[in-house]
Amino acid sequence: MTDKLLVSTRKGLFTVARKGARWEIAGVDFLGDNVTLTLTDRREGRTYAALDHGHFGVKLHRSTANGWEEIPAPAYPPKPEGYEENDMWGRPLNWSTARIWALAAGGADEPGVIWCGTLPGGLFRSTDHGQSWEMLRALWDHPKRRQWMGGGADLPGIHSICVDPRDSKRVWVGVSTGGIWFTADNGANWTLRGDGMRAEYAPPEQTHDPIAQDVHCLVQCPAAPQRMWVQHHNGIFVSSDESRTFTEITGVEPSTFGFAVAVHPREPDTAWFVPEIKDEKRIPREGKLVVTRTRDGGKSFDVLTRGLPQSHAYDVIYRHALALDEAGDRLAFGSTTGGLWVSEDQGDSWSCVTHTLPPIYAVRFA
Amino acid sequence: MAKVIFTPNVQRHVACPEAQAPGDTVREVLNNVFADNVQARSYVLDDQSALRRHMTIFVDGRMIRDRAGLADRVEDTSTIYVFQALSGG
Repeated sequence: MTDKLLVSTRKGLFTVARKGARWEIAGVDFLGDNVTLTLTDRREGRTYAALDHGHFGVKLHRSTANGWEEIPAPAYPPKPEGYEENDMWGRPLNWSTARIWALAAGGADEPGVIWCGTLPGGLFRSTDHGQSWEMLRALWDHPKRRQWMGGGADLPGIHSICVDPRDSKRVWVGVSTGGIWFTADNGANWTLRGDGMRAEYAPPEQTHDPIAQDVHCLVQCPAAPQRMWVQHHNGIFVSSDESRTFTEITGVEPSTFGFAVAVHPREPDTAWFVPEIKDEKRIPREGKLVVTRTRDGGKSFDVLTRGLPQSHAYDVIYRHALALDEAGDRLAFGSTTGGLWVSEDQGDSWSCVTHTLPPIYAVRFA
Repeated sequence: MAKVIFTPNVQRHVACPEAQAPGDTVREVLNNVFADNVQARSYVLDDQSALRRHMTIFVDGRMIRDRAGLADRVEDTSTIYVFQALSGG
């Protein structure tokens, strides 16, 4: 069981801890600053925090025995002289980190390795605990990378990174918008995956094109890595063959639209989602905040409401704001309107820690 | 040598004391300043060494024109102000 949560918000990084039977705010770091994501590397106990200072750019901090230290944020290589590339708006694409959108620890056999996904689409790896970063050029230079597009953000980005627990050289990344990419050789070569995903909103020629898929979040079951779940702009998709093919899950009430997904660490058929009215509104249906859970691989879903507001709730849960602990029992999620809820029984019941935090971008068990 | 003054708002993130450095262009002066203050560089310049999108630089009261190359001329007596671009709202 994990007794500590790190909650990244528009105005600081909040530590929420279990005291007795209650979860309480225990501290705040970077108060007033925009903290977008954290990673706690369980191999060594270090925590990484990504900040976006707006005018002053994206920064990365690492925990020490005495607090935090700033370490270099991943930086794009020099853009070659004469190289021309425009973003989807026709403006020159700036090769510069616009957001840190994914942080993941490498495998148990490679201490110090950290992966980082960014906007506008660069994937980086550090082998020295974030002290220096190398861009994975094979992915950035892949001709199809230029087909990636912005979704909710102006620029495309990598938001999900899954390192195969059986072989650390095998890595999947999820791109919005750009599908799922896989490497079997530590990033030297990349292939596009995701047959079966469907983008109903796209032109007919692109509806089933794997690169046109707006993957909102990609997760992998640690005990059964062939099982991957996707919360997609178009709905929920599940794969039983390491993302080669997906099956769409339809007919889930109140909705299959959302951003976040969590999968149980040992039960590949068990996953959680936080549904919203689909893309044009992005609010809970009828103002009722619910979590949906399947225990049978998507054949059926429980709609979990106990302890969650059931009237005039307009909370949106971003893709990194739903967390599951390593035991698979405790869940937590935070909302754009500053609500934070915790469950200790796999979502059957929830308690509200607070509803007055700044907008929440990410929730992680520390 | 030109004088360089940084916005007070950046100081809580990274120390940017007033500095003096030689150079004929904004680029040359800033390169010399950041050589002694490496961490401050990324707060002002992006990954391509262009001025960050929401930052601005004035030389002797005039906003620079070359935000990517920072080739604007600097005199030995110039004062360079580095601060965030402010807009209404």
